Amino acid sequence: MAELIPIYFMGKEYNVPEGSTILSAIEHAGYQLIRGCGCRGGFCGACATIYRIPGDHQIKVGLACQTQIEENMTLAILPSYPANKAFYELESVENPVNALRQAYPEIFKCLGCSACTKICPQDISVMDYIAGAQRGDLEKVAEMSFDCIMCGLCASRCLAQMVPYNIAMMARRLYAKTTLIKPDYVLKRIEEVDQGKYSAEIDKLIGKDIEELRILYADRDIEGI
Amino acid sequence: MPYPTAFQDSLSKLEASREFRKEQIIKRLSEEERTLLIEAFHPDYRPEAMKDVSLGVNMGQKVPLEFASVVESYSRIEPEKINLDSPDFNVDILVIGGGGGGSAAALTAHSQGARVLLTTKLRLGDANTLMAEGGICAPVRPDDDPYKHFLDTLGGGHYTNVPEIVKALVLDCPKIANWLIDLGVMFDFEEDGTLKVNHCGGHSRKRLLSCKDLTGLEIMRVLRDEIRNLEIPYLEFSPAVEIILDSEGLCGGAVLYNMETEEYYVVKANAVILASGGIGRLHVQSFPTTNHYGATADGLVIGYRAGAELIHMDSIQYHPTGVVWPEQLLGQLITEVMRGHGTHLVNVDGERFINELECRDTCASALIRECEDRRKGVVTPTGMEGIWMDTPLVEGVEKHFVGIYQRFKKYDIDISKEPILVFPTQHYQNGGLKITPHGETTIPGLFAAGEVSGGVQGKNRLAGNSLLDIFVFGRRSALKAVQLMNQKRSELTLQHVIDYQKKLEALGIDKSKKSPVLLPDYIRDETKAKKN
Repeated sequence: MAELIPIYFMGKEYNVPEGSTILSAIEHAGYQLIRGCGCRGGFCGACATIYRIPGDHQIKVGLACQTQIEENMTLAILPSYPANKAFYELESVENPVNALRQAYPEIFKCLGCSACTKICPQDISVMDYIAGAQRGDLEKVAEMSFDCIMCGLCASRCLAQMVPYNIAMMARRLYAKTTLIKPDYVLKRIEEVDQGKYSAEIDKLIGKDIEELRILYADRDIEGI
Repeated sequence: MPYPTAFQDSLSKLEASREFRKEQIIKRLSEEERTLLIEAFHPDYRPEAMKDVSLGVNMGQKVPLEFASVVESYSRIEPEKINLDSPDFNVDILVIGGGGGGSAAALTAHSQGARVLLTTKLRLGDANTLMAEGGICAPVRPDDDPYKHFLDTLGGGHYTNVPEIVKALVLDCPKIANWLIDLGVMFDFEEDGTLKVNHCGGHSRKRLLSCKDLTGLEIMRVLRDEIRNLEIPYLEFSPAVEIILDSEGLCGGAVLYNMETEEYYVVKANAVILASGGIGRLHVQSFPTTNHYGATADGLVIGYRAGAELIHMDSIQYHPTGVVWPEQLLGQLITEVMRGHGTHLVNVDGERFINELECRDTCASALIRECEDRRKGVVTPTGMEGIWMDTPLVEGVEKHFVGIYQRFKKYDIDISKEPILVFPTQHYQNGGLKITPHGETTIPGLFAAGEVSGGVQGKNRLAGNSLLDIFVFGRRSALKAVQLMNQKRSELTLQHVIDYQKKLEALGIDKSKKSPVLLPDYIRDETKAKKN
C-alpha cells in the first residue's frame, strides 16, 4: 500500500496515495466526477488542471489523468472555459489565409507574451503557431498545433483574449482541405462501387459455406510489412 | 520513474536476442491452431465469467456477468411519473451519443433537412472515437479492393459476422474516406501525393488511413467543429435513460437525464439513433480497459429494455497490447499499427512466441498463454504480468508514434530505446443491438450505429473497422431515419419499462439495482461505507 500524502483539491485537504495521478487521487478521496473527466488517457482535454506547489510562485498545469500528484499541491480542474468560435463554410472558402484572418482578426493582437505556450500541457508552441497564422503559413499552424486536445488552458491565459485552439482548428481544416490533394483513385473506387463492380463478387462469397470461405481466406495473398 | 531493477535481467535478454529476432520467421497459425489457442486462453471462453440472461428478448443466452447485472436492473426513473404529454423537445430525429457515430448521424440527418437533436452524456466528442490511434480502413488503393476487405473482415470475425452488413461496411468505405477528406481531416500523405496506408493484424493489404497516431482525435475534432459550424442543436451531460415507444410499438423518443441539474427531459422524435458506445467501463472480468469514462453500456440497457434484440453479447475484444507499466497508464492502448510496423512481442526470456500480425483475439490469447500457462511473463513489482513490445525496432518511433512517445516520456521511459510492457486490455464489445444493413434494430424507428450495435464485426473485430463502422452506420441510419420524418406516432408510452420491472420483481431481483449506471464506480468501499 502506497504512503498517503496530502493534496489540496479546490482548497480542501485529502490524503491520497503517493504515485497516483491527480485523477485517481481525487477518486480515492471519494469524488465521482461528472465534469473534468473524459477519456482518462490524455486525448480529450476534459481534465485540464491548474496547480501550485508551496514555495514556488509559478502556475503549473497538467492533465489530471496524466499528471502525478505532488505533496501539498493545491489544484483545481477546469470544468469548462468560455470560448468563441467562428462559423464558416469550408466548401465556399476561396482564399484560406484571408478566411482565417477574417474569422479571427484578433490574431494580430498577439502581445508575444508566450503565456499560451508556457501553459500548454501538450508542449505545443502556441505562440509560434499564432505567428504562423499571422504570416498566413497554414501548414505551420496545422503541423505545430496537431497534438492539440482543445483543453482551453491557452484561452484562459491569453492576454489578447484569443481562443488559440479554435483558430488552430480552423487552420488545420483549411490546410487539409486546400493543400492536401485527394488522390484520383478514391473517386474512381466510389465510381466502381456505384456501378456495382464489387457487389456480385461479394454476393458470391455470401453464398458460400464456411468451409469454402476458410479455404479462400487461408489462401489469400497477404502483403508484407 | 524508469524501469525498475527487477526488469533489468529480462531487458538484457530482449536486447541480446534482437538481431536474431529480426531474421526469425514465425509462421501464421492454421485455422485449427488458431481455434485451439483461442478456446483455451481467450477470456470469452471462461464459463465462470458468463451467465444466462434471465429476461427479455435474449433470455437464456450467455452474456458476461457484468453485463447481465446492468440488464437485470430497474430503471432510474419511475415511469408513471414521467409526463409524456408535453415533451420538452419535439424533433424529427434524436441522436443519442456524441462520438463519431452520433456525429456522423447528426450531420447526415441535418444535410437531409431533418430537425435533429443530439444528446450526449459528457461533452460533445467525449467518446472512444477520439481515442482511436491507428486509423480507419479504406481499401481504395489500386491494388486493394472491397472484396479483399470483405474476406479479411469475415475471416477475422471467424465467419460469425452478418455478411450483408459487412457488405455494406466495405462498399461504403470509399465514400466515407472521401467524406472525411472533404471535411478537412488531415490524413497522412506520402511524398508522392498518395494517401499513406498502414498495415494491421488480420488485413491482407496495407489499408489503414492515419492522422499520425491521433487519428480518432483528428477526425472527432473536425466533426465536432462541423456540428458547431452548422449549429446543430446538442445537449451535453444529458444521457438517455429510457427509450419511449408509442402505443403501436414504434420508437417515439427518449427520456434524458440532465446529470447536473438532475432533471428529466422528454424528447419526442420519429426516429432515435443510438450511438452510445460500449461496455468497457463495466470492466468485464476485472480487466483494465482502453475505453472512455462514459462507456457503461447505457444504450444496450435501454434498447434491450425497450425490446430490441442483442447479438454476440458473449464476445468481448481484448486488445493484445494494453500498457502494464507504468501503472498510471495501466490498460491504455498501444495501437496495433505498432505491430504493423514490425515490433515484436517478446517474453521474459527474450523470445518471440506468435506472429505479431495475427488477429487481436489470437494475439491476446497468445499473450495470456505465455504469462498464465507458460509462466514466461515479466512480473512487475506489484505482481502484475506483461510481455515486452519491442518498440526500438521501429525506426523513427518517436515521430510516427508521437502521442505514445510523449506519454511514456513523462515517466522517463524512452520507447525509441526501451520496449513497452503490455498485456491484453478490454477494448471493444464485438456484439450489441442487432441491426440491418441500414442500422435498423428490431424496434421500428430505433437505429443503432457503432459499438452499441452488433453483427458487423462478428466475434472478432479487425483494426480500423470500428472507425469505419461508426461512420458507415451512423450515415446509413440517418439516411433511413429521415424516411420516417413524416410518419405519425400514436400515444407515447413507457409501459414496456413497467412490464420489464414487473418481470424483475418476479425474479426477486434487488430493487436497489438501477441502470444504466451512467458512470463507472471507482469509489472505495471505505468511502462508500461512510456515505449515507
